[in-house]
Amino acid sequence: MKIMTGINWFKYSSPPAFYPLAGLLIPWFYTLATVFAAVGLYISFAVAPTDFQQGEAYRIIFVHVPAAWMSMFLYLVMATWAGFGLALNARLSHMMSQALAPTGAMFTLLALVTGSLWGRPMWGAWWVWDARLTSELILLFLYIGFIALQASIDDPRRADRASSLLALVGAVNVPIIYFSVKWWNTLHQGASISMTSAPKMAITMLTGMLMLALAFWMYSIAVALVRVRCIILERERRADWVRQLVEVKF
Amino acid sequence: MHWNSLGEFFAMGGYAFYVWTSFGLTAVLVAWEVLGLRARRNQAWRDLQQARLMDQTDLGEAR
Repeated sequence: MKIMTGINWFKYSSPPAFYPLAGLLIPWFYTLATVFAAVGLYISFAVAPTDFQQGEAYRIIFVHVPAAWMSMFLYLVMATWAGFGLALNARLSHMMSQALAPTGAMFTLLALVTGSLWGRPMWGAWWVWDARLTSELILLFLYIGFIALQASIDDPRRADRASSLLALVGAVNVPIIYFSVKWWNTLHQGASISMTSAPKMAITMLTGMLMLALAFWMYSIAVALVRVRCIILERERRADWVRQLVEVKF
Repeated sequence: MHWNSLGEFFAMGGYAFYVWTSFGLTAVLVAWEVLGLRARRNQAWRDLQQARLMDQTDLGEAR
């Protein structure tokens, strides 16, 4: 508690203070991501047994499920930063949501493609217009819409406001994705893991999935920090502190 | 370890295409994002450096 009060956390809400802090954190998050990925891949391929119904094809879920989790989670984080940005008129908050969008879109695409690669041998179809799949596809369009809107408006402050509004409105899609398997009669199976009941899967499979989910999570933080530093350099290029940064570096 | 040989491991019980495409795509996307960000950061630095050089020459002419 003393540590929490000893540091002025608001100090880091300004780009000049946040930029070096982010630079310090990036290697740690990359390292954590690598360690979790190594453990997760080992469990996925060497420890987890063959599924008695699905054979080896079920190993796809070790990337599919964590990617799908991250696609929804990153959207909520992105929308939260967008909300802070609108409420507090803080430019770093908008930059954070902007930094998360491409990574979120990447995990959404990954969830869709790996789902398709699992669906083909298991369901006999690459794609079905099922509520879960359709709402996840809408999530991809929301990410792309956010990035495109941000890029299409020249004035950065107007671009921030417009894209943040889109991010907030689009957030209603996330609970729709999550509960789609309950609300509609979907081909996609229900949740194997829930907060309220014991997981319906073997503990080794669960551990493998959780390790890769942690790896994706740490990776997302690392790349979002790298990207937000790029955005700061690009957008604050006329600021004195950025100019001084260049003088130190070169 | 339940694989009897390396060949059996790569064959993935007949699902090699689906399994390895899934994991391979993950690796490709991650590598693409990391390398793309590195290029973006270097470009941002180059732009800043260039702007600084232009400032310096402007100042020199003004004097």
